[in-house]
Amino acid sequence: MTDASMQENPEATPHPVSLTAPNERTRKRAKAERRFRAYGIAAVATGLFFLVVLFTSILSEGIPAFTRTVVSVEFTLTEQQREESEAELFKTKAYSNLFISALKTELDERGLNVEINEDAIERLLGKVGGTIRTFYSENPGKLGEPVEFDLAASSRVDGYFKGRVSRDTMQDSRFLEKSDLDLVDALKEAGVIKQAFNWPFITGADSGVDNPGGAGIGASVVGSFFMMLVVLGLSLPIGVAASIYLEEFAPQNRFTDLIEVNISNLAAVPSIVFGILGLAVFIQFMHLPQSAPLVGGLVLTLMTLPTIIISTRASLKAVPPSIRDAALGVGASKMQAVFHHVLPLAAPGILTGTIIGLAQALGETAPLLLIGMVGFVARGYPDGFLAGFTEPNSAMPAQIYTWASRADAAFYEKAWGGIIILLVFLLTMNIIAIILRRRFERRW
Amino acid sequence: MPLLWLILIVVAIAAVGYVLGRARALQSAGGDSRGLHSLPTFYGANVALKTAVPAFGLLIVWLLVQPIFVNSQISGMIPDTEVEEGSSRSLVMAEVRRTAYGLENAVAQGNITEDAASNANADIAEVTQSLKDAGQIVTSEITQPILLAAQSYRVMNSGGYSVMSIAVILIALAGAVFSWRQTQSEYRARNVVEQGVRVLLLAAASIAILTTVGIVLSLVFNTWEFFKLYPASDFFFGTTWSPSFSGRGGSSSLGVLPLLWGTLYISIVALLVAVPIGLFAAIYLSEYASPRVRSFAKPMLEVLAGIPTIVYGLFALLTVGPLLLEVFGDDGLGWMKAGTAVMTAGLVMGVMLIPFVSSLSDDIINAVPQAMRDGSYGLGANQSETIRQVVLPAALPGIVGAVLLAASRAIGETMIVVMGAGAAARLSLNPFEAMTTVTAKIVSQLTGDADFASPEALVAFALGMTLFILTLGLNVFALYIVRKYREQYE
Repeated sequence: MTDASMQENPEATPHPVSLTAPNERTRKRAKAERRFRAYGIAAVATGLFFLVVLFTSILSEGIPAFTRTVVSVEFTLTEQQREESEAELFKTKAYSNLFISALKTELDERGLNVEINEDAIERLLGKVGGTIRTFYSENPGKLGEPVEFDLAASSRVDGYFKGRVSRDTMQDSRFLEKSDLDLVDALKEAGVIKQAFNWPFITGADSGVDNPGGAGIGASVVGSFFMMLVVLGLSLPIGVAASIYLEEFAPQNRFTDLIEVNISNLAAVPSIVFGILGLAVFIQFMHLPQSAPLVGGLVLTLMTLPTIIISTRASLKAVPPSIRDAALGVGASKMQAVFHHVLPLAAPGILTGTIIGLAQALGETAPLLLIGMVGFVARGYPDGFLAGFTEPNSAMPAQIYTWASRADAAFYEKAWGGIIILLVFLLTMNIIAIILRRRFERRW
Repeated sequence: MPLLWLILIVVAIAAVGYVLGRARALQSAGGDSRGLHSLPTFYGANVALKTAVPAFGLLIVWLLVQPIFVNSQISGMIPDTEVEEGSSRSLVMAEVRRTAYGLENAVAQGNITEDAASNANADIAEVTQSLKDAGQIVTSEITQPILLAAQSYRVMNSGGYSVMSIAVILIALAGAVFSWRQTQSEYRARNVVEQGVRVLLLAAASIAILTTVGIVLSLVFNTWEFFKLYPASDFFFGTTWSPSFSGRGGSSSLGVLPLLWGTLYISIVALLVAVPIGLFAAIYLSEYASPRVRSFAKPMLEVLAGIPTIVYGLFALLTVGPLLLEVFGDDGLGWMKAGTAVMTAGLVMGVMLIPFVSSLSDDIINAVPQAMRDGSYGLGANQSETIRQVVLPAALPGIVGAVLLAASRAIGETMIVVMGAGAAARLSLNPFEAMTTVTAKIVSQLTGDADFASPEALVAFALGMTLFILTLGLNVFALYIVRKYREQYE
């Protein structure tokens, strides 16, 4: 704008009355500024809000999985009673009758008088007789002394305590009848039925579709553990070797470029494609066993390699060239300079990157589903250390997926509980990585 | 001999070779290491490397080749009459392998004697019964040719493995002896060892290429098989997706368009959530926030990126889905039929992508030189005007790259859509309807009892190929844009 044009039209741009009082335009601009800033704050707040919602729903839905409803009854079986029951045709029924009479006396002692029949007990507690019989056949020494039995209540009763099943909405079925709830209330008043920590959930294996109460995550934790061993044992040495080559030795040529392009592309390939690769190469082509943690580990190794290579190269790059020069100066070969001086200095960074890569692999689900590591495979612990690699097993995330896709809502609680355990593992790994970084990281 | 023992034996030979090689080198220099060309350990390492590397190389190659060789031999043994209508040779081969493993386990448990297991004239009913007694899985009736094939499969396999063990140990010993004899004070052990280590490092780096080749080959071969059974034009242009479960092709229509549409629709919803929130969060955190707020909020947002996708999937299925159903379902606005829908999966995927967009954009905004901002302030612009008119245009190519990378993530995401989007493939515009995606269908076609010969299973590879090409294209394009942008300021 020139002076001439300014003078032509002096009224069009009036001078502000005062510099301290903002004019209309300045106010508008300031308003736009505040608005823009508010958008930013809102965006950050929304992100954090989602985080909070996610964690509250995980915690509120998942924590009930760690408690279970048990009926604890003190029960004494004499030698004579045992012989009598063993002599009968329906042995478990005889035990179950003994249990019911024990329960009755216990309730009578506390001044409660409720109708108990065998069917109701079976609906509440499952097959009590069988449990008792196996206990005594395994521990014959306990005969004659009082034993405290903690019997797991059925999942519907459990749901009644946790608010999943309510009196108004439930319908009588062969699993639970309304009248049973009266018995449950009476038992609760007597203190016979109570909430206890759910050890079987942490140590157990997956149960059938119709037994949500007995499902545990232990076996698939073991499966995940063996997979992580494979991933650690393969991806750390291979990843470090590849990074050392690319960072320290690789000549500038087309082959090196090809490797680099491949690594950066593999880092962005969807995980399910790695599952397809595992299925086609390891199972179809090489005939490795299906559902084996070994195969899962191999697939996850290929998946985490790019992550580990990228972080290892960053920490190798962070070691200043003066270290290499000094080593070469005192007569070390290039190889010695790298392995004796650069690599130890980069080790904390490499370890941190590896742990983060492992944490990523631990949470991966989709490729495992393709190679058959679905939840219902995890029916028990492997027979030994080596069998742990080849016996069919599942992994934590795949187990959670299997539970989430079952029809019975009682499994959802297990899925949320499984997520808490998975997140505890991930959190521990990340905290270790952060501590390593804080403790050993060097700024040059 | 179990594989582990073989590996341990080779490692032991290498260890002994290390000690002997080192000792021989020192001896040849008269016990004074100054008389050697290299440090004594290099002579030991030379022997150990020349022992272990060829032996393990042979082991790996043998393990890869033997099953293929045995399979092709045995598969030639099965007469065509044995391959029933509606079955395939690969299914019969699976049966043969199962029987062979069953025999192997039964012998190991002592339920069948070695003679009975390898007796070609054995009574089939008897063998089947004893396999069942041994707790082995016998699915269908074993026929005479299958039993014969299984028996020779067993013999060839165990014979092959014995030969392999002997060959591997011999190679290891030969390497050890050869390199031990090489060891002299003038031998340039360090150069040889370092060259060898360098080759090993190069081999490790080449695994990335091998992986890509493996992905491409497994996709291409199986896709080719699929297109032999199912016309390619029907796959690419078909508008219905309804695989039959029992039939072998024929009645299935496997059109990819509804799946692609579902994938795109869900990704668009996810990006509509993630891009504004992520971008504004990045702008706020890099331009406005105090260091304290930044040091708290940035890692917190990044926690969202570290959460496994299965958690988001469950969140979609059990929290967001029912919540949306309450608002838009029959009790509310009546637009939604079930909790699983495009909206559910898209929203949750958007949340997952927020940190992805925000940290990439944050880096890019931070890379814009301060001088440009200062210039803008000097002209009288305030902060938001500077951001909108100077910083964002300068960062735009990088931000576009970040959004493209996020889009490729969204397209390849599996668990959220498997759990949150539903299973029905349809072409519809209603975001509250259930739709399905390429990734979800790969999972559903390949889990369960997969017979890899049927078009219903093979279609998953064609879907995988589509997905791979889509995401690869997006990634390459995004990286190209990002790289081009970086060149401007560095």
